[in-house]
Amino acid sequence: MPTQLTPAEVQHVAMLARLKLTPAEVADFASQLGRMLDYFQVLNEVDTEDVEPMSYAVEVRNVFREDVVQPSLPRAEALMNAPKTDGQCFLVPQILDGG
Amino acid sequence: MDYTVVIGLEVHVQLQTQSKIFCGCSAAYNPTQPNVQTCPVCLGLPGALPVMNRQAFELALKTALALNCEIASYTKWDRKQYYYPDLPKGYQISQYDCPFSKDGWLEIEMNAETGETRRIGIIRAHLEEDAGKNMHDESGGKTDSQVDLNRAGTPLLEIVSQPDLRSAAEARRYLEELRLLLTYLNVSDCNMQEGSLRCDANVNLHIHQDGKNIPTPIVEIKNLNSFRNVELAITCEIERQFEDWKATGRRLGDVPKETRGFDAQRGVTVGQRGKEEASDYRYFPDPDLAPVTVADELIEQLRSDLCEFPADRRKRLAVTWQLSDYDVRVIVDQGREFADYFEAAAQACGDGKQACNWLTQDILRELNERRLTIAQFPIRAEVLANLLGRIPARQITNKSAREVFLELLNDGGAGPITSSRIDEIIAARGLALVADTGALEQVITAVIDKNPKAVADFRGGKQAAVGALIGQVMREAKGADAQVVRELIIKALQSG
Amino acid sequence: MSPIGATTSELLAHMERGEFSSVALCEAAFDRIAACDDRVGAFLHVDREAALQQAAQVDDKRRRGAPLGRLAGLPVAVKDVICTRGQPTTCASKMLEGFTPPYDAHVVSKLREADAVIIGKTNLDEFAMGSSTENSAYKTTRNPWNLACTPGGSSGGSAAAVAAGMVPLSLGSDTGGSIRQPAGFCGLVGMKPTYGRISRYGLIAYASSLDQIGPFAHDVAGAALLLEVLAGHDPRDSTSLPMPVPSYTAALEEPLKGLKIGVAVEHFVAGLDREVEAAVRQALDVYRCLGAEIREISLPHSKYAVAVYYTIAPSEASSNLARYDGVHYGHRAAQFENMIDMYCASRGEGFGKEVKRRIMLGAYALSAGYYDAYYLKGLKVRRLIRNDFDAAFAQCDLIASPVAPTPAFKIGELVNDPLAMYLSDIYTLSANLAGLPGVSIPAGFSSGGLPIGLQLLGPPLAEDRLLRAARMHERATDWHTRRPEVV
Repeated sequence: MPTQLTPAEVQHVAMLARLKLTPAEVADFASQLGRMLDYFQVLNEVDTEDVEPMSYAVEVRNVFREDVVQPSLPRAEALMNAPKTDGQCFLVPQILDGG
Repeated sequence: MDYTVVIGLEVHVQLQTQSKIFCGCSAAYNPTQPNVQTCPVCLGLPGALPVMNRQAFELALKTALALNCEIASYTKWDRKQYYYPDLPKGYQISQYDCPFSKDGWLEIEMNAETGETRRIGIIRAHLEEDAGKNMHDESGGKTDSQVDLNRAGTPLLEIVSQPDLRSAAEARRYLEELRLLLTYLNVSDCNMQEGSLRCDANVNLHIHQDGKNIPTPIVEIKNLNSFRNVELAITCEIERQFEDWKATGRRLGDVPKETRGFDAQRGVTVGQRGKEEASDYRYFPDPDLAPVTVADELIEQLRSDLCEFPADRRKRLAVTWQLSDYDVRVIVDQGREFADYFEAAAQACGDGKQACNWLTQDILRELNERRLTIAQFPIRAEVLANLLGRIPARQITNKSAREVFLELLNDGGAGPITSSRIDEIIAARGLALVADTGALEQVITAVIDKNPKAVADFRGGKQAAVGALIGQVMREAKGADAQVVRELIIKALQSG
Repeated sequence: MSPIGATTSELLAHMERGEFSSVALCEAAFDRIAACDDRVGAFLHVDREAALQQAAQVDDKRRRGAPLGRLAGLPVAVKDVICTRGQPTTCASKMLEGFTPPYDAHVVSKLREADAVIIGKTNLDEFAMGSSTENSAYKTTRNPWNLACTPGGSSGGSAAAVAAGMVPLSLGSDTGGSIRQPAGFCGLVGMKPTYGRISRYGLIAYASSLDQIGPFAHDVAGAALLLEVLAGHDPRDSTSLPMPVPSYTAALEEPLKGLKIGVAVEHFVAGLDREVEAAVRQALDVYRCLGAEIREISLPHSKYAVAVYYTIAPSEASSNLARYDGVHYGHRAAQFENMIDMYCASRGEGFGKEVKRRIMLGAYALSAGYYDAYYLKGLKVRRLIRNDFDAAFAQCDLIASPVAPTPAFKIGELVNDPLAMYLSDIYTLSANLAGLPGVSIPAGFSSGGLPIGLQLLGPPLAEDRLLRAARMHERATDWHTRRPEVV
């Protein structure tokens, strides 16, 4: 029996990811994500005791830039792709506690 | 019923760099021109990538060393994921399970009279980027909030204390000592009004009941923006928790951790609306930033570059200049430049006690009244020392010196104030102590001649009559030492 | 001579001799696009005016005898996941409809410095998530060899644009095979360099620890030239490698002596198409005839690559795509109740289904309680995959394999079966997980007339070795000279 996520689990993850899903998407993802999770079980065959996780593709270390100010973008360019501005700031609906 | 207060502080400090932590935009405080200090990186534009500011990392290391922290040999950056309009990437670059430093302490003075001190543990200090600023004009009735990203990407050091603090006053003392240390190190300006030092407090009580300690639920009070508010908010919260315990008996674990804000006007902490979901930040290593390995040589170099810490300086000043614990605390706690000023002045005039009196009384008063910092104070240390040196040299009286001091300040003229200006003021106001007793005796003889009645009264046994004569002599001979005048008059009258 | 389908070397030589100008070449490119792109669907955006103006400037430089860049006057197409200042950059997503970056990606600056002419932006699977270019919000790209088939993906537009003779060179990005697989499907040379060899600054991230930019060309020399222009350290990308860039073109014609080619036993198993296997074995015979030694090697953890990839890539993607929230740029929903609802509605509307699926998978894999079981486990097996390669490269210089289990599949064939689609990347994913360079080269055709590619993988920074080996095969065969008939 393949794993199915419950609609509540799907909705919880969708909320974490801030995605509004249609009921059809909730149903699809419940089974598709479940199938993927089943597929991932294959990894449990692998003994990873004492294996260092590989977060980076290359072993680059200690990359710094010097503390030098570079020119910023003109405000007009900073705001030019924003859906809503007042010419000075990005505008968003009134923020309530808890975001 | 009796209880112990348990407090831990999370302090966010903006590091004093020229540019932001991951890009070249200016990190200067600029609240008046929104969104002019941004670039693809700090705007979180698609495709832009962060590169770590070396200075920010070294300032953070320096601070951790001063806080007696252990420096990790390997550290990395993680993404803390949450959605907020002032966080343009949808995640904050921070440090999660491998902070660059941990396990330190800061010593604070518990009792100024006994000099008793206590070590407050530091759990960890880590680096992260600051968010931008959301603004809402409540009065305008506007429906939209504004977002300014000038501040987004400013380097922040988060310093988390152990829950070692036992009272609101102690929490304040810790924060004050921390601030002092950070300003001595020159890693931050710690300007609380501008938000470069911010504090959250975790507070709960351990109720002593039937031989047991029962913890109350931990509450985090957010965004305390002054020392006073830190103390007040915690005081109010202690009271509230105790009342809540008595009313409900709720203990740690019965309710989820609560976040409260402080309403300074009403003097109460206020519950903030619960988030719609429990926070799940889904931290993971940021693949865009290379991890850092810290070489022992760098640590040793930074350690050797560290300045004298405030606690050490207090001890040294007390011994060198024979000052009281109270006095050294006042001097050192005013900040590094103030203490430097003191040492320069004391050194130059050779009298630490005198310099201390002037700094802690006259200069501090003038700084407060004129809203100046010691760096902006127009009378430099060597000029003050010159003035003070004239008192034991009996060139002017202590009182005249204060007159000269005020005149120097009121000058307000162009150019720096020099010691020659002191000479000018003394001359113009005739404040020079008349050291030539011959000249003074002439004045006294003339005054005695003009006041036969007073002379007769004195000789008749009225000691008080001499006062009138002293007053007249002092008016005639400006800058004369009243005590000397008195002695000379009595001598003249008795011999005459 | 017609510039359509000509190689970079031929075109540069013609311009050098004054036989045609860059303007003429670019006009021919736009004519070709006009003639066949309504059927192929390679481009999302072309900027004829800007391109012709730039071409005219290059021609002028050439006339004046001014110094010219390495790609002087050549039309180049850029995958629309790479930022171009002042020109739309959409990632084939509704989310970024109308988005215009205020800056150029590092590679775009490099192209401009080399005097290349940027013709336009090519189609892709939305945010580079897919293997068929069917996941574009704007159009489906078709394979120039057979319009019923996909060109592969996610860089399908860039592959199709070169294969159809619209441009001689293009840029793609490869996170799990997104350059090599479409190159294989379209009969091109396509290369994914070592992770860090080309700056990612300005490449819109899908999975940051796997993404690399790379070239498409008709032949090895074209790919080597473009790689040479793009490679090198960039201080704006912390993961960019500081090592010097060798000249990939200089030694290209020198065959490698004593070449040892590894063949992994795990690569020739059930699911591999018979014709693909035959083409790969034939290519190995070519190498044998050229004096190479073919050695059997083992990559014991390669069968976990798909599972590892789909724990790591969606996790990173869920984070990289968090920035599209309708606040600072991108799509904002028209209707919402409050701030949170604005986020959810904007993202729900702006992203397509595959993107949502991967964001969901990634958010799940990173969420409280699951991190260790999925994401962390994936990172550990990733290390083992890399270790396999390190051990293998102690025994051989290169590893040869198929690019994909089958030739190009039909449009619509796999679109409703995500896992089957994911499994089609089985040969290419490992190189991204391990950070290794890989190249796909033309190695034959199926009985249905579809190209079949050969993949060569090398150890880190062995791009020069890969290209020389690729050129050895190319000199001995003529697969790379064939062109589809798209009329």
